[in-house]
Amino acid sequence: MSDTVMDKGFFAPKGGSKIMEWLFTTDHKRIGMLYLWAILIFFSVGVCLGLALRLELFAPGPTIMTQQAFNAIFTLHGVVMIFLVVIPSIPAAFGNIFLPLQLGAEDVAFPRLNMFSFWLYIVGGGIALTSLFTAGGAPDTGWTFYVPFSSISTTNVSVAVLGVFVLGFSSILTGLNFIVTIHRMRAEGMTWLRMPLFPWALYATAWIQVLATPILSITVLLIAIERLLGMGIFDPARGGDPLLYQHLFWIYSHPAVYIMILPAMGVISDIIPVFCRKPIFGYKTIIGSSLAIAFAGSLVWAHHMFVSGMSDTAVMVFSFLTFIVAVPSAVKVFNWLSTMYKGSIRPEPPLIFALGFIFLFAMGGITGLVLGSAGTDMHVHDTYFVVGHFHFVIFGGTGMGLFASMHYWFPKIYGRMYNKRIATWSAIIIIAGINGLYFPMYLLGLAGMPRRYYDYLPQYTDLHQLSTYGSWITAMGLVLMFWNLWHGRKHGRVVGKNPWGAATLEWTLPSPPPTHNFDEDPIVTHGPYHYDGLIPEEDAVNESEGDK
Amino acid sequence: MSEHPKDYLGAKMGMWLFLFTEILLFGGLFVLYAVTLQRYPAEFHEASKMLDTTMGTINTIVLITSSLFAALAVTALQKADIKKAKIFLILTIILAGVFLVNKYFEWGAKIGHGIYPGSPDIADWAPGKQAFFALYYTMTGLHGIHIVIGMAVLGWIYWLIEKEKCTPDYFIVLENGGLYWHLVDLIWIYLFPLYYLIA
Repeated sequence: MSDTVMDKGFFAPKGGSKIMEWLFTTDHKRIGMLYLWAILIFFSVGVCLGLALRLELFAPGPTIMTQQAFNAIFTLHGVVMIFLVVIPSIPAAFGNIFLPLQLGAEDVAFPRLNMFSFWLYIVGGGIALTSLFTAGGAPDTGWTFYVPFSSISTTNVSVAVLGVFVLGFSSILTGLNFIVTIHRMRAEGMTWLRMPLFPWALYATAWIQVLATPILSITVLLIAIERLLGMGIFDPARGGDPLLYQHLFWIYSHPAVYIMILPAMGVISDIIPVFCRKPIFGYKTIIGSSLAIAFAGSLVWAHHMFVSGMSDTAVMVFSFLTFIVAVPSAVKVFNWLSTMYKGSIRPEPPLIFALGFIFLFAMGGITGLVLGSAGTDMHVHDTYFVVGHFHFVIFGGTGMGLFASMHYWFPKIYGRMYNKRIATWSAIIIIAGINGLYFPMYLLGLAGMPRRYYDYLPQYTDLHQLSTYGSWITAMGLVLMFWNLWHGRKHGRVVGKNPWGAATLEWTLPSPPPTHNFDEDPIVTHGPYHYDGLIPEEDAVNESEGDK
Repeated sequence: MSEHPKDYLGAKMGMWLFLFTEILLFGGLFVLYAVTLQRYPAEFHEASKMLDTTMGTINTIVLITSSLFAALAVTALQKADIKKAKIFLILTIILAGVFLVNKYFEWGAKIGHGIYPGSPDIADWAPGKQAFFALYYTMTGLHGIHIVIGMAVLGWIYWLIEKEKCTPDYFIVLENGGLYWHLVDLIWIYLFPLYYLIA
């Protein structure tokens, strides 16, 4: 089966140096693939750091590393995962590959700028990693770089924040490119309300990237200036104010969590109807909720600072606004479930990951309300409860969204199918592992275990060990999943252009899609979830193989 | 920033979005300024007196004039007067240089008097005054970097006109470059009163 000669599409060499034609490509599909590989490499680095942290916490007292190493590793785990993996993950990789295809466009609006963004990403990542090995050693401030510690720490914070600055620039340019692409490059007949929900989610995300990221850029730049030139902008002795740092930091970094989660929600909104053979329930409300999240999410930053010192009025306002964000998020969850109701459900691997997303995201989202309510937040602030909440939302949400998109679009990118039975098992193992890894953190937090601590009292040992076991299960699931996909690239069964019977435009192209995308400009005559006459090719395969 | 010659509107939209991000970048600093001013109004008043209003005024005039030349360059190119467009572009870049030279002398004089962040001479000043100068150097410094970037961009556009890659039929690059220059000018127009004229 694997020796069938296939058309290589956009992978086909153009002649000339293979490395150069990939590194300097302006083809959005190739840029997306470059991002995907880079992101997955950084992801594996981040996972290894996380596993090391969990191992250190397996028992009280020193286990495998020193205190300083522990501080450096949790900082790096955060910086790598947030800035190099989660923020670019779905938009930069799958957004680049599939946004123009779903719109029926030949490329993004500014292909050379797109290549430039990728290069900024690589350079920024390089600078951030350089801070590990240069003067002073790896930063130990946590990924939030809070002053005053970040302005006096002897570790190499300056270089790390410079890397974050460059990465922010890359993210801004990608967002800018996507906004213009969506406004200007839609095919004939692709009206705003015929766009699939993935581009809609990217649209909302892109606006946050453009509007919020510059604030982070200036804030981290100020840390570098503070350290290198001794400005004192955040130093109270010299008229500065450390609280202002927290405000400026969260004005970006809170909307940034919506940069992380919205694209994943878009993917899930695209996947669920395909595997339920039913148009999405409440198409317009999902769009509205994406935009509402982007808007309201920009007004809640100070809920990170309930214990930092703020007026009671401000606390109440920010707490209230935080609860408002829960409404559009819940709207989405109900819409997905209503889509499934009375649908003809096909439990293929992408749907399993999507269901994992809904379950884990709900776990993380509901505990977010405990943190958003000022009273309860006082109790669990800066404890493992926060760590658990964030990882449920981001690993369980965005991470599962990324894995779902990998399994959903894999046959489109490679023209082959991975082993679906193994994929389903890996999804189940990962979902179980994430629960094992992070659920004990909720209990630890409620019991008072502070986050970022190297050591702990003996009464927390059992829960910490449970969490570490969970990390091993998660890691096994990840290894199984990646091995399966890696193997499927070359040896999977060859599939047709539309194995899932999806109705968006990318599935009308051959797999892998050709370099120039569409032979003739498509004319769109119906919405993205119009399944009449589309029969999933995989159904016949499942039946003949007796698979599932 | 304009790969699709046909899509004039798209290129322009991209540039405007980019300008938004620039405004927000400075916006963070303006917020810092506002909060600090509100906290130390008297010290800001004192410190502002120490700035050289004449120098500031000259620089404001220089920058506004350069912005005018940038606009004239765009109009000249649209009217297919390439020679004039190039002259105006050169004039814009020269005035940008004048601004920087002026700034150099201004900063140099301050630093010569020991007024710079971390200087032992000002360590016993009131915190508000120190904060004023920290913000002054940060904001005018960042603005100065934007002037340098602007000069490089305008120089590059001059080269594009020379190579006939930016022509009377396809002038969006110059137009976008001009927009960027106006933004740099505009930010100065806010910086000038906030630092020089509040005394």
